[in-house]
Amino acid sequence: MSTDEPLVLGIESSCDETGIALVRGNTLLADAVASSVDEHARFGGVVPEVASRAHLEAVVPMLTRACAEAGHALRDIDAVAVTSGPGLAGALMVGVSAAKALSWALDKPLYGVNHLAAHVCADVLDHGPLPEPTVALLVSGGHTNLLLVRDIAVEVHELGGTVDDAAGEAFDKVARVLNLPYPGGPHIDRVAAEGDPRAIRFPRGLTAGKDMERHRFDFSFSGLKTSVVRWVEACERDGRPVPVADVAASFREAVVDVLTRKAIDACKVHGINDLQIGGGVTANTRLRALAEERCAQAGISLRVPQIRLCTDNGAMVAALGSQMVQRGVSPSSLDLPADSSMPVSQVRAG
Amino acid sequence: MSVLLALDTSTTAVTVAVHDGTRTLAERSTLDARRHTEILAPSIRQVAIDADVTPADLDAVAVGVGPGPFTGLRVGIVTAATLGHTLGIPVTGVCSLDAIAHEVLVAGGPADFLVASDARRKEVYWARYAIVEGRAVRQGEPAVAKPADLPQELRGLPTAGRGPVLYPDLFATPLDVLDVSAGALASFATIEQRAGREPLPVRPLYLRQPDAMPAAARKPVLP
Repeated sequence: MSTDEPLVLGIESSCDETGIALVRGNTLLADAVASSVDEHARFGGVVPEVASRAHLEAVVPMLTRACAEAGHALRDIDAVAVTSGPGLAGALMVGVSAAKALSWALDKPLYGVNHLAAHVCADVLDHGPLPEPTVALLVSGGHTNLLLVRDIAVEVHELGGTVDDAAGEAFDKVARVLNLPYPGGPHIDRVAAEGDPRAIRFPRGLTAGKDMERHRFDFSFSGLKTSVVRWVEACERDGRPVPVADVAASFREAVVDVLTRKAIDACKVHGINDLQIGGGVTANTRLRALAEERCAQAGISLRVPQIRLCTDNGAMVAALGSQMVQRGVSPSSLDLPADSSMPVSQVRAG
Repeated sequence: MSVLLALDTSTTAVTVAVHDGTRTLAERSTLDARRHTEILAPSIRQVAIDADVTPADLDAVAVGVGPGPFTGLRVGIVTAATLGHTLGIPVTGVCSLDAIAHEVLVAGGPADFLVASDARRKEVYWARYAIVEGRAVRQGEPAVAKPADLPQELRGLPTAGRGPVLYPDLFATPLDVLDVSAGALASFATIEQRAGREPLPVRPLYLRQPDAMPAAARKPVLP
């Protein structure tokens, strides 16, 4: 196999997207994604069994689509990479099982990779090799983490994570209170554009003196969400119209203020001048703008991949698998588990 | 000779076999209802080695499509579907209860019997079988039920599967076939194919809807 420019197939099935992609070296050749998001909308959140059923239906069609887009046959690939965790157990098992079948049938090495590390690695496809070390901020519906990446294929440390809700989850919950559709992020972003971010001072979780001692790089969005709900209900109880745009803008500002502030702080504390942002919430326009502004002020160089590489996809998984092949990391074994709570310190599963 | 890979993950057994159209060349079953993902692929690799075949030698795949607990069931089905797609060979679905019934038949079982497997949540997946012209013919579609809700007339029949192990007071006459054997599944699939009977689609027999409720009205947080 070519270890400089390996052709790697990546499979992602940790939540509600079935992603299958082909990457050659650091170049994306094809990225097929099927999403079950519409099936979850009426439940107000991802239903694991609904997601797992959809993955099973989507695997073979996405394999077909990815190969057709890339102009490759499955027998051309050099390695198979798959998200082995963290994520929804039943959903992960579908992708992991498919990857094993491919690995055995094609007699090619299998790499079980960490979903969070894969999110960081996605940007390799957009902006080339990662600066290492780099600090990475991952923000999605399921995760909110600050990572210190020393070697993306081998060594990633978790600096902090959410102690309760993920940032994307907070967007969904607040959207519901404001009678905006699911998933909430894009709708809050849209409505907030017309609002005043300073209209209401919502709390910034884990930023006060005492919390900063123990949770300097951790996040909490549950209190913020409750604070928004109480504010909105007080309005409704008093018969005042809810200023939806101001609430959305003020809430969004509270979230992105904490995210960017802690990310910059992590860079400073660790003496690192590179920040990488990824995950579905990166689609938020205010997060991008504030991160750019604060990084520029602090002299930190910021890398943000295009939005389609920020949400869950197979491309990021293939990209990380490709890094592992290029750096001579040994493959996973065929008894690789799906690990719903896989720690990010484990970049490759056993 | 036509080489068939058979597998099933609908019961406690993670079971794989290679069959040559006449007999089972190799079979491996592991009893572990919680580790389907880990066990299945290494079992396939080992059974192929034992049968002295490579992936390229396979002509077809047969897979148990349940009914069975969903998460484990999907592991077998997605594996079979991906193998078939990758190797460019046909994949056929087999009702997993039929594979159990076929083994009962081969073991010289009774003329009228029940298969009841574990459906979790204090329920069983079940079907009734009659021996007709040397084969076990399912009487109707497989179903899911609380064992106590099945009529006494059915529960009194000799019963294969884990139902009688889990509910010994409700199934009076247990048979000793408890889980699917991939060898029996392969043999059944071969017979069905030769007889020209249509296989099942490669899709799980869920028999239950996902138990999620549409979002209800929001509960206020203010007192």
